[in-house]
Amino acid sequence: MAGSTALMACHECDLLLRADHSLKEGVAKCPRCAAVLLKHKRHSLDLTLAYTVTGLILFTISNTFPIIGFHFEGQSTETILISGVRALLDQDMYMLAGLVFITTILAPFMQLATLLYVFLPLKFNRVAPYTAVVFRFVSAIRPWSMMEVFMLSILVSVVKLAAMATIVPGIALWSFGILIFALAAAASSLDPDLVWEKLEINA
Amino acid sequence: MNDQPNTWITAAAASLINCHSCGLLHEMTRAQAYCHRCGASLHLRKPNSLSRTWAYLLAGYILYIPANVLPIMTTTNLGSVQSDTILSGVSYLLASGSWLLALIIFIASVFVPVLKLIILSYLAISVQMHSSWHPRERTRLYRLAEIMGRWSMVDIYVVTLMVALVKIQGLADIDAGIGAIAFGAVVVLTMLAAMSFDPRLIWDNAENKK
Repeated sequence: MAGSTALMACHECDLLLRADHSLKEGVAKCPRCAAVLLKHKRHSLDLTLAYTVTGLILFTISNTFPIIGFHFEGQSTETILISGVRALLDQDMYMLAGLVFITTILAPFMQLATLLYVFLPLKFNRVAPYTAVVFRFVSAIRPWSMMEVFMLSILVSVVKLAAMATIVPGIALWSFGILIFALAAAASSLDPDLVWEKLEINA
Repeated sequence: MNDQPNTWITAAAASLINCHSCGLLHEMTRAQAYCHRCGASLHLRKPNSLSRTWAYLLAGYILYIPANVLPIMTTTNLGSVQSDTILSGVSYLLASGSWLLALIIFIASVFVPVLKLIILSYLAISVQMHSSWHPRERTRLYRLAEIMGRWSMVDIYVVTLMVALVKIQGLADIDAGIGAIAFGAVVVLTMLAAMSFDPRLIWDNAENKK
């Protein structure tokens, strides 16, 4: 009998286990290798949606306002994230520009947009077309979203540049900071079983 | 089934395939190539896991040399040009007193990539030698390697920000160097190597020796 929902296998050590869906809240770990198996959260759907929408708003703010301003000898520059990518493109560093673009702009955006695409219809008890494909994409794109690393780099750059000139923090600096928390919160409140169970019911 | 260690079996031993995407178990029949719940393709283990991991690792080792030898950033200040590699950037930071920044950059750009390469190489070798050495600890090493990889991107983002900001006509100008491309490639390759390695292989061998 294929597709038994009472059994599951650990994705890191392949141990055959009995799935314990009675766990109301908390984390279930594999007894052999301590991998995190199931996470049951209350209000998962609502929380994930809230964080996703928040994230999208913050993302828009972060990419339209400047991150930092640099004043030196009467001249000043400001930069938004996309201009960093464009500066690399101007130097013909296409691959580097592509890497930075994907990891700091495209991947976070796709993460939020696909989450919204899947979970908004779910809130109204409907399943969007191609939900399975899109939701698989959500997990695939997650390792490529490196916003928190970018945040650390901003701090490093600010300290480095502050020695040279006057640094003015921009609005995007703060919105990036909160965006990181929103992304992390959305990822942690996400319960994939919500989606898979809905798909199974509709199938 | 969950509690007694001596009754533990892997799904593979029970002829069941675990869908990597939605976790649904399927019986191992020749016909079923796709998960019937989510549509992902089914594999008993990640396809060609070891050969792909080695391919990415070797490419990473090779590109690590130009990443450190070639400059990642060139500063033009009042006509004088200064090229910095990752290591010279670290020593410059040390010399100018920012030991904390130097430590961050050193850990992110030197320590992390090397450690990740070594850990993944060790894991791949241990699987190929059918070792049954402490599988739980090896799985922990794998998780560590997976998580810490992305932090190596710090230096690349710093270069990007510098290039974007410091564009003062006639006084200072910063350009990205070729070493940055090589270093970016190393980060991507080690991430791909971690993603292509199947940690379940560690346990497949540990099973047999029991």
